[in-house]
Amino acid sequence: MDFLSLYVTLKLALVATILLLLIAAPIAYVLAYAHFPGKALFEALIYLPIALPPTVMGFYLILAMGPKGAVGRAWGLLTGGSLLFTFLGIVAASVLYSIPFAVQPIKAAFLKIDPRLLENAAVLGLSRFAAFIRVVLPNSIGGMAAASILVFLHTIGAFGVLLMVGGSVPGVTKVASIAVYEAVEAMDYRTAGWMSLCFIPISYIFLLLVNRLNGEARHGA
Amino acid sequence: MALNLKVQKKLKYFDMDLSLSCADGRMVVLIGPSGGGKTTLVRMVAGLSMPDEGRIDFHGEAWFDSGRGINLPTRKRRIGYVFQEYTLFPHLNLYDNAAFAAVDRKEVDGLMELFGIAHLRKRKPHLVSGGERQRCALCQALARRPRMLLLDEPFSALDVVTRRGLREELKALKNNLSFPILYVTHDIGEALFLADEILPIVEGRIDRGWMQRTIAREPSAANSVRATREPRLALAY
Repeated sequence: MDFLSLYVTLKLALVATILLLLIAAPIAYVLAYAHFPGKALFEALIYLPIALPPTVMGFYLILAMGPKGAVGRAWGLLTGGSLLFTFLGIVAASVLYSIPFAVQPIKAAFLKIDPRLLENAAVLGLSRFAAFIRVVLPNSIGGMAAASILVFLHTIGAFGVLLMVGGSVPGVTKVASIAVYEAVEAMDYRTAGWMSLCFIPISYIFLLLVNRLNGEARHGA
Repeated sequence: MALNLKVQKKLKYFDMDLSLSCADGRMVVLIGPSGGGKTTLVRMVAGLSMPDEGRIDFHGEAWFDSGRGINLPTRKRRIGYVFQEYTLFPHLNLYDNAAFAAVDRKEVDGLMELFGIAHLRKRKPHLVSGGERQRCALCQALARRPRMLLLDEPFSALDVVTRRGLREELKALKNNLSFPILYVTHDIGEALFLADEILPIVEGRIDRGWMQRTIAREPSAANSVRATREPRLALAY
């Protein structure tokens, strides 16, 4: 049983979920309410990771994060280190990989908000930013919860993109899905079986938690 | 006059061309058939809709001036606006709704008391009646200490009895308010009961003969007028 890779998986999923909620909310706001030229192109770009094979995305991330890539060079100048084969590297890859799964439900939740509530917020003196914090976000908890579920589960299930960007460094980038793959490759079915079994309660408990949060938000408890 | 406006706007079925003035402490009621431009006018005063041309001045300050390219954002106009329905924030209880933009939170309790909803302060909007929600919306608007009050058919979604009660509460309240009030309705009785001045708006223009024509044509409108037991009834009917 490889507890270390389970720990890395959960840590990665948690960090990616929190980061993505912070990143996706403003993007979803722009997609829901703003009008600008090229909006359709921008939206398609955000949803691109759904359509790309994870290994293709991983390949481009290797190019970008590598010592000759723009991101990799900038990171090297700033910190002296590398993004490839590090925990931060797989966090960045997970965020990009799951961004559509966070943006889509949050955008849908924003669009569901009655525009009259936003007009009332403006009448009551709120700036757009204040209305976003005080009216839009609290009335989008369902969408945020849905985004959390999807991102968390999508990150737990990620394989190809993480293997390409992070490799399999134990305790750093070796996540449970990679550990299962390696166990099967080594014909260690016992470890692979136990590891696989761990995914079910983890995913199930998370779903229950988020559904409960969702229900509370709907009934205004 | 506190509020002076002259606006023009090309709408889908007609061109709007309206001017009106309203003094402090006075209530001008905008009445007329649905789709005639009453709500559009109020939204222009609020800054939620923009005239094609014209001016909206409040105490000499230009809120909108097409000639000078001025359009003061809604949030800076400091108005109170009560919409038809559903504009309380569903995630907040009645107290937090009423206090949402309060200048002084201590006044909120007094306002809730005045409107008889103090005992519902912890309830969420979906757990109270339509009348209680609109009372809360009035508290929310007034707690902001607005410079002007806009009421867009605030009681139209309510039953007759609740509506009549609220109408009377509003009339009593009006005597203590020192700012201009614009009130939109399509109910002639309500207009006669509340208004200092009635402006009938039909297809984007003022049509002073509309009330008499409507009362003469529709018995229900005449009944509505009788129901107000209003001395000005004689003038209109």
